[in-house]
Amino acid sequence: MTDEKNEKQVLHEVTSGEYKYGFFTNIEADQAPKGLSEDIIRFISAKKNEPEWLLEFRLKAYRHWLTIEEPDWALLHHPPIDYQDIIYYSAPKKKKELSSLDEVDPELLDTFNKLGISLEEQKHLAGVAVDAVVDSVSVKTTFQDTLKKHDIIFCSFSEAVQDHPDLVKKYLGSVVPYTDNYFAALNSAVFTDGSFCFIPKGVRCPIELSTYFRINAANTGQFERTLIVAEEGGYVSYLEGCTAPMRDENQLHAAIVELIALDNAEIKYSTVQNWYPGDKNGKGGIYNFVTKRGLCKGNSSKISWTQVETGSAITWKYPSCILLGDNSVGEFYSVAVTNNFQQADTGTKMQHLGKNTRSTIISKGISAGQSNNSYRGMVRVGKRAENARNFSQCDSLLLGDKCGAHTFPYIKTNNPTAIVEHEATTSKISDDQLFYCQQRGIDMEKSIGLIVNGYAKDVLNKLPMEFAVEAQKLLAITLEGSVG
Amino acid sequence: MLLNIKDLHVSIGDKEIIKGFNLSVNKGEVHAIMGPNGTGKSTLAAAITGREGYDITKGEIFFKDELINDWEPDKRASEGIFLSFQYPIEIPGVSMTNFMRTALNAQREYHNLPPIAAGEFLKKMEEKKKLVDIQSKLTNRSVNEGFSGGEKKKNEIFQMAMLEPSLAILDETDSGLDIDALKVVAKGVNQLKSEDNAFVIITHYQRLLDYIVPDFVHVMYDGRIVKSGGKGLAVELESSGYEWIKEQFGA
Repeated sequence: MTDEKNEKQVLHEVTSGEYKYGFFTNIEADQAPKGLSEDIIRFISAKKNEPEWLLEFRLKAYRHWLTIEEPDWALLHHPPIDYQDIIYYSAPKKKKELSSLDEVDPELLDTFNKLGISLEEQKHLAGVAVDAVVDSVSVKTTFQDTLKKHDIIFCSFSEAVQDHPDLVKKYLGSVVPYTDNYFAALNSAVFTDGSFCFIPKGVRCPIELSTYFRINAANTGQFERTLIVAEEGGYVSYLEGCTAPMRDENQLHAAIVELIALDNAEIKYSTVQNWYPGDKNGKGGIYNFVTKRGLCKGNSSKISWTQVETGSAITWKYPSCILLGDNSVGEFYSVAVTNNFQQADTGTKMQHLGKNTRSTIISKGISAGQSNNSYRGMVRVGKRAENARNFSQCDSLLLGDKCGAHTFPYIKTNNPTAIVEHEATTSKISDDQLFYCQQRGIDMEKSIGLIVNGYAKDVLNKLPMEFAVEAQKLLAITLEGSVG
Repeated sequence: MLLNIKDLHVSIGDKEIIKGFNLSVNKGEVHAIMGPNGTGKSTLAAAITGREGYDITKGEIFFKDELINDWEPDKRASEGIFLSFQYPIEIPGVSMTNFMRTALNAQREYHNLPPIAAGEFLKKMEEKKKLVDIQSKLTNRSVNEGFSGGEKKKNEIFQMAMLEPSLAILDETDSGLDIDALKVVAKGVNQLKSEDNAFVIITHYQRLLDYIVPDFVHVMYDGRIVKSGGKGLAVELESSGYEWIKEQFGA
């Protein structure tokens, strides 16, 4: 047999798989006209019946945004984004208040079913409360009763603004100020909805909180805002999962996630991101410019980010931790897969400010097709951060010879007692490994899936159980031509 | 006939390694292929199992009366050809349990059988582990990662026991084994031997053949079999070495 040719062909087939979740829901949208101006921001704010201070926050952010430029330091290439060609507000029309799942738009439920995340099933089987966000407005929130019992607040951002304005006002922008960066300023000006979670003092949230995001109406930029606060001794595990319908035009997504952990509090934030990556020729796909940051404000607090990134045409994302409290801990576990013409520039920032702060970074990049995958990370140790410790491991795996993997680690220590370790490897799936699997009866595609999942295991293990299974499937779907 | 190789020529790149090789193996037989280093023994194993980069330029390989020259490696495996690797490969992060279940189920799927039930699978694992004295829990160990040389070879025989092939090719399974490990491996092979399967044992030395008694011994030199005989031939080779072969058949 012509073995070499055969391998190339199979490799080509498995790395040119088409996006599996290409469908979209036909829900009548209530949307703003295209473009961005103070009037549009006033429109959004009015639509959402917001208090004056929030409108002011938006306008300040907008005015700041006008004065700054889009960042260009990432290893990403895309045509210029026309910010006036984007619809900044779009909401599914609500017929009436919903009190049960039966009242949710059947077409919407069908969308969730296609994704294999039936709300009903999750509600009963997995014990997961789902705050489902479709086109920027929360449609359905479940498990409120259980949460209420523990005085946990888990609701859409809009509801939080209405029902808990003081909490929102206190924490909004406290970790990611609107001046932080270009996309953070944009989000702060136009964000439409998202999730809010508040864990009161001493409460361990008994269930995994989950939000599924979908981007739905054509040409709608989506600007989510998530704010999670855990008071002293609180604990919460939060899951964010995303899939998007197929689109030809690029869609901008610029979210902000802020986490705040007070003394002895712990927040685990897990993401599976599977937005439309564009077709196999590099046409279309989501532009994903996200600012995620956690503040370990209290002593002995802990924030842990775990992400599995398989989607989007462009990923610009650096979930970070500010380790302000003494003895606080930051963690970042990441698997980023790029295929076809996807580009990912992702990593983390660990800012050690408190004494005895510790951080761990494990990043696994997987590049296939003609994609580019970069790890960009910064570990900074401040003057006051006695005995700070960091361990970073950044591995890259290449499939085929047309893709790229890059690692940009930055380390700045201003305290001589700090210990910062960095390990990096780049490898290819070896012919020996593939043949070994095949010789046991496993076909080429499954062999690649098996080896890749093994490579990513350290990170996948950090995901909550339900998510880990989904993530393993996603890795296989992303890299294989077909599944099942 | 289980395996029938006719006038096989195999090249790696432009270099011809196997040069007109013939071999017939029936069920219930054990064949030993011996010979000095660099005569094409491992290349033969690679060609039979369908490894990439080993081009069959002439000749035929029949397995169970089907021409398999163009079959994918995984199809050959599922049809019952197993290779015990000379250098078993490490696959980090993939547990032996997961690997074995994936392999077993892939082969079952090939034969239109449903996946094996979890309980049945674990029982089978325990049973086959005993065969080669594997004590450790394989569930938390990655494929061959951190295994000693002896453990790796035992692990190959363990996989063979799990997959129950009709033709097992043992490529230098004895190399790097101390005498105790060698005995364990031989014991495993002997217990797996039956009227329904066959073994092709590739080895440089005769010592493995003290424990696994071959029905036929073939001496390979420069890409073909130059002499065949019974088990006595192996003993003869042990005492006289390969020099006379080189003299007699060398170019």
